Amino acid sequence: MSMSHIQHHIPEPLLVAYVSGNLPEPFALVVAAHISLCVECRAAMEAHQQVGGVILNEEKCVAVSAGMKAALLDLLDVPVPEEKPSRPKGPYPAPVADLFETETPDWRSLGRGVKQSILMDKGAGSVRLLSIPSGMAMPDHSHGGMEMTLVLQGSFSDVQGRFARGDVEIADSSVTHTPIADEGDTCICLAATDASLKFNALLPRLLQPLFRI
Amino acid sequence: MVRRTRKCDAIEENRSLDAKVSSEISQQTQWMLAVRDERDRAAFAKLFDHFAPRLKGFAIRSGASNAHAEEIVQEVLLAVWHKASQFDPHRAQVSAWIYQIARNKQIDQFRKEDRPLPEVLLVEEDDTPDADQILALEQETQELHTALGKLNPEQRELIEQTYLGELSHSNIESLTGLPLGTIKSRIRLGMARLRHEMKGLR
Repeated sequence: MSMSHIQHHIPEPLLVAYVSGNLPEPFALVVAAHISLCVECRAAMEAHQQVGGVILNEEKCVAVSAGMKAALLDLLDVPVPEEKPSRPKGPYPAPVADLFETETPDWRSLGRGVKQSILMDKGAGSVRLLSIPSGMAMPDHSHGGMEMTLVLQGSFSDVQGRFARGDVEIADSSVTHTPIADEGDTCICLAATDASLKFNALLPRLLQPLFRI
Repeated sequence: MVRRTRKCDAIEENRSLDAKVSSEISQQTQWMLAVRDERDRAAFAKLFDHFAPRLKGFAIRSGASNAHAEEIVQEVLLAVWHKASQFDPHRAQVSAWIYQIARNKQIDQFRKEDRPLPEVLLVEEDDTPDADQILALEQETQELHTALGKLNPEQRELIEQTYLGELSHSNIESLTGLPLGTIKSRIRLGMARLRHEMKGLR
């Protein structure tokens, strides 16, 4: 797992939105996958969890029901089903790999060697894997709104630069960008899109850099 | 850092560590380590006493009804018991760890969706607490607490709303009011620690 060459990270406000549970699920998946590969963003996530912890610790107390503590202590002995351990599969970090049963994604051809596998599709938002041979353009997958693309293998380039494993490109539909897979390994990307109106209204702010080191 | 090889050694070493720094490591951390390493129910009861009313207040402020809030509190604290092995005092304060569990539970309940989580970095089982590291983290948390205490009430309120799960223009702007130096130093410390742990694993 390459950890040190990631150039394009999650913008800070987006990371805070993830920690506090405010990101639409498709983007939360991209953030979770990126953090699985990126020490810097994991450290930043933990820093924001610490802020949340300080706030929780200072929260005003609201008394719980009288019997709650005893009932909870009794529940400690009730066995819970063991969680299936989440694990990466090849280039796919665990939160992505969890979305397909088999060892490899269920690829469907889009022609000319380009393949996709839809992992999640919920009206406003979707997440898919795209496999693009070198020299080919990434198919347009946006429905308007924001797109987040995480490279899992190979690399691509467009007007915003070069993106390799672990790098995240964020664009909204107003940005015309045609990512082309670079020479070398077939480029595999995780691409998420969400057109929720409320969320997209906040987007310009969410993409502003705030205070990353 | 002292490595332990067997559980009985571990308990010995934990005790000697306790003797050395118990006055310095926060009670919360000691309770949580007792829950993690010794499945100590009395320590869990202490965590309940501290966190249950705060978690309930937190859930109500982020939109849950009274009954719903208690369900969330119960689920969060059960997860604290069952997922205790994932608690790593070198990387997270107890309150930060519980905060994240609470946000995840509330989202799962409200939206009926599974919140995607990053791969868990497994704590090495034979890893005895490194008191210096834990104390450094606690000291930073104290600084963060002080810095947040200096914000004006409006700014403080907006930041709280953001971390409680409300997203709006104004509270995104409020993030610029966060004590930046403290957060940056926390990120640097966290990165150094993570890189160190990664080296051990790979």
